[in-house]
Amino acid sequence: MTATTASSAPTWGSMARARLGVELREFTRSRETMVFVFLFPMMLLLLFGSVFGGEEVAPGVTFAQYFLAGIVASGVFNTGFQSLAMGIAIDRDQDMLKRIHGTPLPATAYFAAKSAQVLIVSVVQVAVLVAIGVLLYDVSLPADAAHWWTFVWVFVLGTTAATTLGIAASSLLRNAKAGSAVITPIVLFLQFTSGVFLVYTQIPVFLQHVAEIFPLKWLAQGMRSVFLPESFAAAEARGSWEHPATAIVLALWIVVGLLLAVRTFRWTRHDDN
Amino acid sequence: MTEPAISVSGLHKHYGDLLAVDGLDLEIPRGEVFALLGPNGAGKSTTVEILEGFRRRTSGEVRVLGEDPQHAPKAWRGRVGVMLQGTSERGMLTARESLQYAARLHPDPRGVDEILDAVGLTEKAGSKPATLSGGQRRRLDVALALIGRPELVFLDEPTTGFDPEARRQFWTLIESVRADGTTVVLTTHYLDEADHLADRIGIIARGRMVALDTPAGLRARAADARVSWTEGGETRAEETATPTALLRTLLARTEGEIEHLEVTHPSLEDVYLRLIGEAARDAAGAGATEEAAA
Repeated sequence: MTATTASSAPTWGSMARARLGVELREFTRSRETMVFVFLFPMMLLLLFGSVFGGEEVAPGVTFAQYFLAGIVASGVFNTGFQSLAMGIAIDRDQDMLKRIHGTPLPATAYFAAKSAQVLIVSVVQVAVLVAIGVLLYDVSLPADAAHWWTFVWVFVLGTTAATTLGIAASSLLRNAKAGSAVITPIVLFLQFTSGVFLVYTQIPVFLQHVAEIFPLKWLAQGMRSVFLPESFAAAEARGSWEHPATAIVLALWIVVGLLLAVRTFRWTRHDDN
Repeated sequence: MTEPAISVSGLHKHYGDLLAVDGLDLEIPRGEVFALLGPNGAGKSTTVEILEGFRRRTSGEVRVLGEDPQHAPKAWRGRVGVMLQGTSERGMLTARESLQYAARLHPDPRGVDEILDAVGLTEKAGSKPATLSGGQRRRLDVALALIGRPELVFLDEPTTGFDPEARRQFWTLIESVRADGTTVVLTTHYLDEADHLADRIGIIARGRMVALDTPAGLRARAADARVSWTEGGETRAEETATPTALLRTLLARTEGEIEHLEVTHPSLEDVYLRLIGEAARDAAGAGATEEAAA
C-alpha cells in the first residue's frame, strides 16, 4: 500500500463537486429530461401564447404575460418536484442508489449535489422561458432591485420546496412505475388550479382555496409580482401580491418536505430490507 | 492487524416467517480469498448484503473491518469495495468517466487507465453502459469496486454472463488483487471458479453453513471412488474406498470385456451437490417429523 497524502484525501466539498459533475452530465445527456425540462414548457408557452396570447386578463396585461409567470413557476416546480421524484424512484428501483450508498460519498453531499443540479437547471430553464417572453410577448424584465430581489427569494424558496418535496415523494412511491401514475395527476391538478393554465381568479373559489394549500399557487403569484406591472396586484384574488403569505407557505412546505425526506428516504428498494 | 477482516457469530435474518439466515458463524482472516457457494435462495446474497451494510440483521454479531456494518461510518465505506449482483443499463457516463468520478471519492485510488486495462475495458473506455455487453458492464462494476484500493472487496456473482476468456481474465485480476493483500469475498455459482480462486469455500444451504473448508479439504470429504459398468443389460454402480479390489472381483466373474466400465473420482461439484442434497433432505425430514408431532 502506498502512503496516502493529506492533500489528496477527498473532502465533503470535493466529493459533492464530483457528484454534481456526474448529476449534470446525467441530466444533460438524457434526452427525456432535456425534453421534459426545456422543450415541453417552451412548447406550452409558444402554444398558449399564440392561441390565447392576445386576450387581456386585466388592463395592459395579456394572457401570454400572465401565462409566462405561470409557466416559469410550474417549470421551477416540476424540475425539482416531478423530475426528482421520478428520477430518484427509478434510480432506487434499479439499485443505482444502493450503488451510491456503497461508496464513501456522504448522504448530505449527494443531496447537496442533487439540489445544486436542480438549481442550475432551473436557472437556465427560467432564463430561456423569460427570454421567449421578452422577445415574443412583450414581457419586461424586473424593473428595479426590489423586483429582482423578489424574484431571487421566490425562486430560491420555490426551488428548495420543490427539491425537498421531490426527494420526499420519491420515497413515497412504491416503485418507479407508480411514478408517472401518481405524480403526473398531482402536477396537472396543481397546474390547472394554481394559476398556470387558467387565470387563478377565474376558477371556482373552492378550488382556489384548495390550491392555496399547495406551493405552486404561491410560486406563480410570486412570479407574477416580478413580471407583471404593479397595477396587476389589484386583480389578484386578495387584491395584493401577498408576499408575506407567499414566503410563509413556501417556507412551511420546505420544512414539511425536509421532514418527510429525512424520515422516509431509503437507498434500497421497498422489497429490500 | 491480526483482527480478522470479517467475523460473524450467530447471524439470523428473518423475512416475516421466512428464515433466510439461520445461525451463521464465520471468520475470514485478512488477505484471504473466500468463496460463498450455495443454491439460489440459500441465504448467500442476504448474508453478503448484511456484511455490506445494506440489510439489517435480525440477530447475531457482525464485525467487518472492526465495524458493525449496520452502523459503520462513511470512512468505512472507503475501505470496503462492493460489487452488487446484476447490472444496470442506466447511466449516461462512459466507463472512464464513472471510474474518474469514483476515484475522486478515495484518498489513494488506483489509476483509471491501469484499472481499465486490468479488467480489459481499455477499448471500451468511451462507452456508456447501454452500449456495453452484460459481461463488460460486470467488468466495469469490478473496476468500480476496486478503484479505491479497498482492504476488503465483496463480489456478488461477479462472472455471471462472462465468456470463458473473460472469466480467465477476471481470475487473473483477482489473483493480482490478492497479491496486494486485499481480502476478497465472492459468491458464485461456478465451482471451478471457487476451486481456482478461493483459499476457503463456505457452502451455504437453507441459511446454514453446511461446509467450510479449503477446496482440497472439500474434495477429500468424498474419497470414495465410483465404479460403474453394465452387466446383463443393466447399469450398475458402486461407491467404494477400494476400487481396485472391486475391479478384481468384477474381473473374476466376468468373461471378456466388462461393458461401459468407468472408475471416477468425485469432483468438487459432486461433493457440493451431495452436501446441499443432504441439507435439503434434513430439512424435509425435520418438516415431516414436525408434521407427525402436530
